[in-house]
Amino acid sequence: MRQIVAEDLEYLAVGAAILGTGGGGDPFIGKLMAQQAIVEEGPVTLLDPEELDDDALVLPTAMMGAPTVMIEKVPEGMEAVRALRAAERRLGQKADATCPIECGGVNSQIPFVVAARARIPVVDGDGMGRAFPELQMETFHVYGLSGTPAVVADERGAIVTLETPDNVQLEWLARGVTIRMGGHSHLVDYPMSGADFKRTAVRGTVSMAMAIGKAVVTAASRGVNPIEAICEATQDTLYGRAIPLFEGKVVDVERRTREGFAVGRAVIHGLGRYRGSELVIRFQNENLVAVQDGEVIASVPDLISVLDHETGFAITTERIRYGQRVTVLGLPTPEIMRTEAALRVWGPRAFGYDIEFVPLERRFRDYYQRYGVPNEKQKYLTA
Amino acid sequence: MRYRLGIDVGGTNTDAVILDENRRVVAKAKTPVTDDVISGIVQVVSRVIREAGIDPSQITHAMLGTTQVTNAIIERRGLLPVGILRLGSPATHAIRPLAAWPEDLRRAVEGPVAIVPGGVEYDGRPISAFDAEAVRRFAEQAMEAGIRAFAVTAVFSPVRNDDERRAAEIIASVAGSEATISLSYEIGSVGLLERENATVLNAAVSDVARRVARAFADAMARLDIRAELFLSQNDGTLMSLDYAQRYPILTVACGPTNSIRGAGFLSGREDAVVIDVGGTSTDVGVLVGGFPRESAVAVEIGGVRTNFRMPDLISIGLGGGSVVRWPADRTGGNEVQIGPDSVGSKVVERALCFGGDVLTMTDVAVARGMAALGDRGRIQVPAEVIEAAYRRAVAMVEEAVDRIKTRAGDVPAILVGGGSILLPDRLEGVSVVERPDHYEVANAVGAAIAQVSGTVDRIYSLDNRSRESVLAEAREAAYAEAVQAGADPDTVEVIEVEEVPLAYLPGNAVRVKVKAAGQLRSA
Repeated sequence: MRQIVAEDLEYLAVGAAILGTGGGGDPFIGKLMAQQAIVEEGPVTLLDPEELDDDALVLPTAMMGAPTVMIEKVPEGMEAVRALRAAERRLGQKADATCPIECGGVNSQIPFVVAARARIPVVDGDGMGRAFPELQMETFHVYGLSGTPAVVADERGAIVTLETPDNVQLEWLARGVTIRMGGHSHLVDYPMSGADFKRTAVRGTVSMAMAIGKAVVTAASRGVNPIEAICEATQDTLYGRAIPLFEGKVVDVERRTREGFAVGRAVIHGLGRYRGSELVIRFQNENLVAVQDGEVIASVPDLISVLDHETGFAITTERIRYGQRVTVLGLPTPEIMRTEAALRVWGPRAFGYDIEFVPLERRFRDYYQRYGVPNEKQKYLTA
Repeated sequence: MRYRLGIDVGGTNTDAVILDENRRVVAKAKTPVTDDVISGIVQVVSRVIREAGIDPSQITHAMLGTTQVTNAIIERRGLLPVGILRLGSPATHAIRPLAAWPEDLRRAVEGPVAIVPGGVEYDGRPISAFDAEAVRRFAEQAMEAGIRAFAVTAVFSPVRNDDERRAAEIIASVAGSEATISLSYEIGSVGLLERENATVLNAAVSDVARRVARAFADAMARLDIRAELFLSQNDGTLMSLDYAQRYPILTVACGPTNSIRGAGFLSGREDAVVIDVGGTSTDVGVLVGGFPRESAVAVEIGGVRTNFRMPDLISIGLGGGSVVRWPADRTGGNEVQIGPDSVGSKVVERALCFGGDVLTMTDVAVARGMAALGDRGRIQVPAEVIEAAYRRAVAMVEEAVDRIKTRAGDVPAILVGGGSILLPDRLEGVSVVERPDHYEVANAVGAAIAQVSGTVDRIYSLDNRSRESVLAEAREAAYAEAVQAGADPDTVEVIEVEEVPLAYLPGNAVRVKVKAAGQLRSA
């Protein structure tokens, strides 16, 4: 258990942008919302999952819709709290905690707004350990939880409760409601018990995002290379150590919109020890696959983040452009994200790439033999 | 013959040029910036008129580019407290106005704040009904607090500005004609907080702007110049003195913009990288179709995020006055360091070649025979150090050029600014290095040749209409804005069209940005 203050949210914003792997929306607005809520209501408790009772009620909270709309029609601030209250009424039980559905991007911050206003804690964990574009792309879904009853709310007091036979339909209907609400909404989905949370969530991701953010922000004053600082900050997490995959200059970016998603690729020419080599990153809101000189070197659900070479700050797929000096960082996804059931939902094939998922630890065995991996990942180090 | 006068007040020098009807440079002059700014302007303009040998009455247009508004914000001087009204309730309460502002600036600027009903969705439907009574109450409360400057921001006002205009009418009826009312839709684009920030800053500098405008008019009157007066703005176009007093924030980056435009004009190029080397820093920008490329990311002014039209620039700490250091025990190699500090305008006293005690980049140029200034014999520095500093400077510029490009391949570069003598005629990644005539006063030339423009930046829904009709409407609106701003209708051209489909909103919304510009309507 620890108390989260406004400054921690600065770090969270920076770390969550890195875990956003190019998507997830700019955490800036979310950060300002959460900071105002904490300044007005006081610090928020961040609970370790083990501190949660098995029969506690956890109601995950998030923002849904277009970040481009959210930066103009800034939320009212109580939308998700009203959704939470409606879900409580429906379930006949008070929420004991909230949590993010995704710890990457803007949604890492929304639970802190809710927690401060509703005076409940945030549990340290989420449903993907990164950012993904759709509501069924969550460990909560993969491991059998129902996304409903879900509640979608807007700033005018509209509350829509959804009950659907499956989670894919939840995504479809909730997005429709969101568009009618003016382009963005807040929601509560996957209501679950403490036991369910412990079984299905990716744990420790909120504090890890803060630790990564703090490592990057303070790197300069500590005289440390920010990329190196991220690698160190991830060493003892359930992800395992991040690995610098490539270093170079962005030489071409192709971007178009398909079904409401920003789809495209970025081409990076190597510098330093990567000179003469070329890396292509394919993205759909988030970075999905990295191909070096024709060979896949990383893919979803492992995290691929493009970072400013000097500052270590994340560059989103909306902002990447010619001439940027970048380091491409790989972060191995936790084991819970790599089961067969999980890969069916977010493996490369789920995004239309006809390739096998090969974990980073296996592709870069030398690196991981040198630095070590979490216990449950030892299997990748053997042939 | 009729003439136009361009003036640029920079960090170190005030420059002036006179152009004839055919836009040829007939005279130029430079003088150090004076503390009161205006006496420097009078001085340099009277010199340039004398040099041109013309009668002041022959000057029909005078354009001023100045950093005074920017400095007021950065130094927190002369700022007014602002009554801040936001229309969008119940939305937007999650983040109060001036969130994340530096504390000292917030204290200097924050007046009464209200978030009241109004504003629209991205497709123009109202969020909540406009509440005239709430606006009136806010205005009365602000008046009681002695507020004279107001900033009004409505959600999605770049899509529909009705509520901002209605609010302005009510505030004006309460506060009287003395009050300055800044409306966000005329200042920034989509992005509520950044646009609101820019609008509040705009209101806060309205007194400074009035003083600049009055001083400019007085100076011209003192010199018997009865020209139409303009201020240059960030995007390389002009605004009337009257408009500039209402929207002074649009002048904050006019200096670099004028350099880029001036470089393009003097070299006859429409597309190039522009490298402006001054006394303290080098600005690298991009000329696209004769205009500076705009920055795509939020730009900070005085520590505040804003989102209005600003040129995309990379600034590096390299100028004629930059201090060069090297370790005493070793020479040359990678140990040589340039800047970031500079002796600035004191270079004529402090540089070694002028008998001073500081090795500057000017000395490096003189020692290498690139410039004939001062006494080359006074530069007693190992040749390896000179060469290493020179190589380092060139590498810094080459990297900046590469970073600002949007695609691979060599591009032409135009060198301007007094410090550009430091740079060679060949640069990596550059197809040809141009040094146009009058390169040292490119910024004043840029002010003199500025055009007038209109910009539209809105989100359109494509559900019930075609993309073509949306684009046509946007072009039409930009054209009308340019003409309203003073452009000759026959010369107005659409110079930029940008479409951004909105992610996560399947198939039906697009943000369209169109800019049109034309020659100034002659007096």
